[in-house]
Amino acid sequence: MKAGSNLEKVLAAGHFAVTAECGPPRGADPEGMRKKIGFIKGNVDACNVTDNQTSVVRMSSMAGCLLLKEAGVEPLMQMVVRDRNRIALQSDLLGAAALGIHNLLCLSGDHQTFGDDPQAKNVYDIDSIQLIDLVRRLRDEGKFPSGKELAGAPKVFIGCAVNPFADPFEIRVPRLALKAEAGADFVQTQCIFNLDKFERYMEDVRKRKLHEKVAVLAGVTPLKSAGMAKFMKKNVAGMDIPEEVIKRISAVDKKEQAKVGIEMCVEMIHKLRKIEGVRGVHVMAIEWERKLHKIISQADLLPRPAI
Amino acid sequence: MIIGNAKPLEEILEMLEPFDKIIVAGCNGCVTVCRVGGQKEVEITASALRLARESAGRPIEIREETLERQCDPEYLEQLRPFVEDYQAVLSLACGAGVQFMAEKYQSTPLLPGINTDFIGVTERQGEWSERCQACGDCVLHLTGGICPVTRCSKSLFHGPCGGSVDGHCEIDKSVACGWQLIIDRLKALDRLDMYEKLRPMKDWRTSRDGGPRRIIREDLTQ
Repeated sequence: MKAGSNLEKVLAAGHFAVTAECGPPRGADPEGMRKKIGFIKGNVDACNVTDNQTSVVRMSSMAGCLLLKEAGVEPLMQMVVRDRNRIALQSDLLGAAALGIHNLLCLSGDHQTFGDDPQAKNVYDIDSIQLIDLVRRLRDEGKFPSGKELAGAPKVFIGCAVNPFADPFEIRVPRLALKAEAGADFVQTQCIFNLDKFERYMEDVRKRKLHEKVAVLAGVTPLKSAGMAKFMKKNVAGMDIPEEVIKRISAVDKKEQAKVGIEMCVEMIHKLRKIEGVRGVHVMAIEWERKLHKIISQADLLPRPAI
Repeated sequence: MIIGNAKPLEEILEMLEPFDKIIVAGCNGCVTVCRVGGQKEVEITASALRLARESAGRPIEIREETLERQCDPEYLEQLRPFVEDYQAVLSLACGAGVQFMAEKYQSTPLLPGINTDFIGVTERQGEWSERCQACGDCVLHLTGGICPVTRCSKSLFHGPCGGSVDGHCEIDKSVACGWQLIIDRLKALDRLDMYEKLRPMKDWRTSRDGGPRRIIREDLTQ
């Protein structure tokens, strides 16, 4: 065991892992987040807590992780390199590990022009792959980049994200290879709606045996409506939603669209599970956490293993 | 070259509020080439200021001067014989020129007439774009001649991020994805193998992050 987190244990025992995502509130009131956590509890092996996603100021990921922990859900801390230099990133990582947060997802972060503070300075002292490499060295070598010894290495299971659908397609697998070489233990993918393209991606992943080095957790999102599908296709960079997906959800009455969206999500999980090298699923039910139980239960992934 | 952009006339007029007798100083260097601070722009700026102040009932006396360069001490000396006869100098040089002049003439207020924007190139007449951030540790031989620090909005050393779509950056469709450009170029050079190399964390000390920079070349100073 590298970190001894529940997620690491579930994967090591050969189970098909389940993670979800929970965004912290835009304020200091923890009650809304506690309510969302109530829907997540029991349905996942670990839950991501986003780090100021879309560059909008929110409660910190570390605080959100502690709210999860307090409720008995294993946290997975997202960390973007947009806002902190290597000094602050390392410091927060040590703090998180000390507080019992043992899963980390290393990300670039959306550019700050997307959020409410486009005037902010962008830091990008290091990139997400350099963060993976840095965390691995802290954990495995017990040394800072300066060579000085750590008083206690941080036990973290290191994750990264990939978007198999972004351009340019030909470097998407080489990019995962870079992340694996840097030290990623697992990867969560962007939401998959284009199964054909993802299968081609996984074929290339397997050719290079990357799935043996990095546990692939395939990302899914239940669509709430045809409107949401169209909005995401148009506005989310690198989101690949094929026409037939939009057609299927648009074909039913508005009131029935959410139900169909969930059905499609469950079907997708069943299909993803059959792909060699896919070791789990990352369910991003954005502000729809109350449907998580239904999705994961219908995907025959409950109860979650207790290790 | 260094690319600049004229400050709005209103902002300059506000800076000049306390003064009635000034020098407008241009520079024959970069700002002449990017047409923001050469002799022609000195004439235009001075005329606009005179007109505005006249119509406001507070005429201003302006001497127009354009120096060969404002970043070299010998050219700055050309103002010495008469600079004290004026209340202020409005410099149309880049930030380096304005500051260097301020250092040489301690008792004369120095005002910036332009905003200094970036080190860049002329795409076509009237269009300039950024190419270099002067980070002090060039990696262009590794990245197909395209700078990841400058051309990637996140200065990633292993790009592109998930926001690259159809060759443009997530911040704006008018901005090319720097990493798409790098990959296209590496492909054209048949060197895509260079993409899959882990690059260590950058040492930003050679950039502005290490504090103001200085180069001393002993072979030239002696």
